[in-house]
Amino acid sequence: MTQHRRRPRNNQISVEAVAGNGLLDRRALLGRGLAFAGAMTTGATASLAAAAEPLAEPPWSLEPGAAIVPYEVRSRFEKSVARTLSNPNFRPGAQGARTPHHLLNGAITPSGLHFVVSWGGAPDIDPDEHRLVIHGLVKRPLVFTLDALGRYPMVSRMTFLECGGNSAPLFSPEPIQDSVQALHGLASCAEWTGVKLSTLLEETGIDSTAKWFIAEGADAPHLSRSVPLKSTLDDAMIALYQNGERLMPANGYPMRLLLPGFEGNMNVKYLRRIKLVDEPAMSFWESKIYTQLLPNGKAYQFYFLQEVKSFITRPSPGLTLKEPGLYEISGIAFSGTGRISRVMISADGGQSWGEAALQEPVLSKAFTRFHMPWRWGSSPATLQSRAWDEAGNVQPTRAQFVAERGELKKVPPVAAVLNQHCNCITSWAVDEKGEVKHVYA
Amino acid sequence: MSMRSLDASAVLLVLVLGAGRAFAEGPNLGKPVNLTGIAAWDISVHPDGAGLPVGSGTPAEGAKIYVAKCALCHGQDGKGSAESPTPLIGGGPIADISASMKTISNFWPYATTVFDYIRRAMPWQQPMTLTNDEVYELTAYILAANKLIGENDTLSAETLPKVRMPNRDGFIIRFPDLIQ
Repeated sequence: MTQHRRRPRNNQISVEAVAGNGLLDRRALLGRGLAFAGAMTTGATASLAAAAEPLAEPPWSLEPGAAIVPYEVRSRFEKSVARTLSNPNFRPGAQGARTPHHLLNGAITPSGLHFVVSWGGAPDIDPDEHRLVIHGLVKRPLVFTLDALGRYPMVSRMTFLECGGNSAPLFSPEPIQDSVQALHGLASCAEWTGVKLSTLLEETGIDSTAKWFIAEGADAPHLSRSVPLKSTLDDAMIALYQNGERLMPANGYPMRLLLPGFEGNMNVKYLRRIKLVDEPAMSFWESKIYTQLLPNGKAYQFYFLQEVKSFITRPSPGLTLKEPGLYEISGIAFSGTGRISRVMISADGGQSWGEAALQEPVLSKAFTRFHMPWRWGSSPATLQSRAWDEAGNVQPTRAQFVAERGELKKVPPVAAVLNQHCNCITSWAVDEKGEVKHVYA
Repeated sequence: MSMRSLDASAVLLVLVLGAGRAFAEGPNLGKPVNLTGIAAWDISVHPDGAGLPVGSGTPAEGAKIYVAKCALCHGQDGKGSAESPTPLIGGGPIADISASMKTISNFWPYATTVFDYIRRAMPWQQPMTLTNDEVYELTAYILAANKLIGENDTLSAETLPKVRMPNRDGFIIRFPDLIQ
């Protein structure tokens, strides 16, 4: 492992390098003892050496502000922080809305920026008319209203959701130049609150022959997935609240199935029917759409799990480093099989690695924000993050991933989800000017 | 939760405890429903034919409905259009790992899925408006155009599950341990 020891130029605290190309010891971050210089393209700052402009009263400090509104929307200066839409004119077919990871921080995705993959648009459901039926291999089929579900014991948990097709652009034979939003925006994390499915199944009873359940939505395509019963029963929830308020319409209002760690599409929105069965139904979505072709011509089906993944959100393409200095490398790690146990960062394309600080709390099957101090001296660097989970699973390099799973013959449109379940390492190359590009390294 | 429902919970709790039953039984707020009451929503069709309704259809009957209700998006020849580029009819050998390779004839493992999907999701603007006979007819048209059944075959709950799809054995379950 290459070690670089250099005196910092602009900072009052000396920090030990832990890996090549300027990566610094994460312990420097714990007390935030470092003065972080440098800025991304947003919030430009002058060089530390230059004196600040004299301070003056701005106009908004010289008059009363706006009246407070019942339901607040964000500052008009934040309008560019938005999801990107794959099908903005809503032609027949799927619509994707991608989370702008490079413009967010923390571990929770605001509800209005939570990713969406929709197969039939967001239905305008009257919550009082909505019903959930549980039937099939149960002892007593039952119908629940939203009001009735609201009187059951509730649980809350932070969990990520990720589309099986997130990160599909990394199957391209050449790195597609686009933002972390375009490459990895079909994943988000929220606090979900609702009634555990097991609570309701205690009342319907479960026939001993039941091995799966079909979950079906009240949307136009009546989206339907078969879910293995035993491996989901501990976690499965009928989610009624997203980040403390009722679900967003495109995220399943008034209720959705939540299966922490499982492929996004299985977390059926607008949930209206659960049928316990002994065999899967082999719906369109599980037999065609959410299957992954392999180089030998076979295809994976019932992939289920979203495997351990991480990516750096800052710096990332579009967030140019304006000057040499100290930066914080920051990103997101998550695993469908449990807690993140470790994230390692490289600034030299994987030749040397240093361990990132994990933002507490580190929760099972939730986004974990990681941080790493980095001194950039204006020489080229290749940034990578690599995550491990508590089960010992490790994120593969892209070369390892492609050797097993193959890659496309042609560069696809960035928003075309032609492949599924890619969790390999993403590499950002920083050039002498501080511009960030997506590369394979 | 409103005060009214809080009161109701409290009343229920008293009733349950008063009757000497464990509270673990839960609020018991689901309403019983029988098969007749569920029927309109119970639309899942399984590979073995479970869930298929009474009815039947032939490719020739399906061709007429296809022109009227499907061709606008899927193309007159079933080869797709700008609105829906994936062809319903045709598809060569799978030569790439791209999802664009997957068609009914070269990829879908079960013919019952064609019926299930048409009934629940098509036509795009008006799902669940086709009669069961019409769904059998369209399924027959598409399967015959893909040479998966004969031009004069009739599909029904008995015959549809017997259609053998070419790629039936082309799948690997990724995480079999998660299926008991």
